[in-house]
Amino acid sequence: MTALDVRLRQAEQYFIPFIMAGDPSLEVTKRILRLLQEEGAAAIELGVPFSDPMADGPVIQTASERALENGVTLKDVLRLGEELHAEGFHTPLILFTYFNPVLHHGLEALVEDAKASGFAGLIVPDLPHEESAPLRRIGNRCAFPIIPLVTPTSKERIEQIVAEAEGFVYCVSSLGTTGMRQYFADDVEAFLDTVRAASPVPTAVGFGISTGAHVRRFRRHADAVVVGSALVGKIEECRSDLLDPNRIDHALASLTRFVRQLKSE
Amino acid sequence: MMALAELEQGFAEAVRDEGFIMEYKNLLRHYSGRPTALTFASRLTEEIGGAKIYLKREDLNHTGAHKINNALGQALLAKRMGKRKVIAETGAGQHGVATATAAALLGLACEVYMGEEDVRRQQLNVFRMELLGAKVIPVTSGTRTLKDATNEALRRWVAEVDSTFYLLGSAVGPHPYPAMVKFFQRVIGDEARQQMLEREGKLPEDVVACVGGGSNAIGMFAAFLDEWKVKLHGVEAAGQGIGTDRHAASLTKGRPGVLHGMYSYFLQDEAGRILPAHSISAGLDYPGVGPEHAFLKNSGRVRYTSATDAEAIEAVRLLCRTEGILPALESAHAISEGVKLANMRRKGEIVLICLSGRGDKDVETIRQAMEVERG
Repeated sequence: MTALDVRLRQAEQYFIPFIMAGDPSLEVTKRILRLLQEEGAAAIELGVPFSDPMADGPVIQTASERALENGVTLKDVLRLGEELHAEGFHTPLILFTYFNPVLHHGLEALVEDAKASGFAGLIVPDLPHEESAPLRRIGNRCAFPIIPLVTPTSKERIEQIVAEAEGFVYCVSSLGTTGMRQYFADDVEAFLDTVRAASPVPTAVGFGISTGAHVRRFRRHADAVVVGSALVGKIEECRSDLLDPNRIDHALASLTRFVRQLKSE
Repeated sequence: MMALAELEQGFAEAVRDEGFIMEYKNLLRHYSGRPTALTFASRLTEEIGGAKIYLKREDLNHTGAHKINNALGQALLAKRMGKRKVIAETGAGQHGVATATAAALLGLACEVYMGEEDVRRQQLNVFRMELLGAKVIPVTSGTRTLKDATNEALRRWVAEVDSTFYLLGSAVGPHPYPAMVKFFQRVIGDEARQQMLEREGKLPEDVVACVGGGSNAIGMFAAFLDEWKVKLHGVEAAGQGIGTDRHAASLTKGRPGVLHGMYSYFLQDEAGRILPAHSISAGLDYPGVGPEHAFLKNSGRVRYTSATDAEAIEAVRLLCRTEGILPALESAHAISEGVKLANMRRKGEIVLICLSGRGDKDVETIRQAMEVERG
């Protein structure tokens, strides 16, 4: 059992925000991470920008493009984790990166470096379970969770995927990419309940969860709820203020209000 | 992954079904006009003064390129699997047109994803697809070209996988796509091999094809892979030169990586981010290549080389002048290399070139390039 699943088993630890590292800048990312920690995030997913974010909808795609323009790489994100860790940051950080940068860094090197940089787990959204054994073996050896994704179409694969899960199981709420949506599939709750019942580790649900009402609805069917695009979109909205030393506090206050709305009971 | 497993099973069942194969072959023959001709390029041969040059005329297919072979096969499969809609990615629009055509023929709904930049450059093909009843969806993410259109088509497929069939246009992507595209394109090589034996009583010394994703090349090579005496040559787009950062030569200059569900060669930076490709020919303008080509490169069975934008334009001019054939810019890359090979060979030896498509679609691009040349 890893620190991550112990934490997510506690009822009050259910909120997992996702943000894109380097959007609008690495310095501001740090400030936002501290804000999210203060607001009681159970864990935080930190996205590594990539040229071809296949699993992401338009909001995270454009955030990724902006971070790429800032020249942010996987190594920069690892360094960011290391710095935060050294400064006493204690909320579990989950590295969220597509597979090709991992391949280039080296699978073993990445797991070791991520762990040494204070990360608590890794999500690779374009690495299907069937292809993930080498990475999971390394994760097992280093006690570093490689967090699996399951989707409503995983069907008979669900049991096999969760049986080998570490950290938590990331349930994809509905088919398609990340991003805000009005409606979810009718049977999404049943799917979440199935995964939760089968999983030895906590479950988190994400993709499309963008309002306080969504958060309250899904909390009943998963141990944690991931909010990505809605928050990334809010950061985009506050972009110019976040980059202005005179306006940043105002922008951060507005982000705080947004997070509190998402978490309001 | 479930969608791929379903597709793999559907494809495996279809290829064992004689009725399906018969229907596919009938469409190739009576709809697309196969077998396509094998043309002896006599004046070109004379001008080069080396080996005999033969052209496999995929440009004579319905819709003007080899793309229709695969589009018909996959659209039939979509129908057999009970899908009501096909989606496709397209660069210049050739695969989009072929898909829209096959969908119209078989009564399937069709959506084509196309980078905004390509939509702008290829207005006529956009209109053509719309005439055929397809909906063209401009893609505004990333580089706004083929790579991003592929990303978007994959995203869409994932979202509506139950009703939709993703009709992929090249020998790329996750299994079973590369194998399936090869299966539907190997008619090129099978026909050419038989025609070659009938005409010359022997196989060619060299077989040449252009390589973007690599579908016409893998289809052509398929019939010759086991003929060890036949040398195979794949020609990538060198754009403004492989020494510049403006090319699409993923096998020549790329490194192994993973994208679009395949482990193959990609143009990428040191951090593993995919780099934009460039070629005057939109069909070769893709930063990756089919995984079987990566294997054939590593095994040494196929020699991969490249031709620049300028060399392709020169080849267009040459083939127009000597043979009265306007090749697609993609195919012109193969012509350029084929001519070099013929030049080094003795009279009586044979170079077989895959002329994958006709150049009508490229006339405007060719005209502009020639104007730039003249200054």
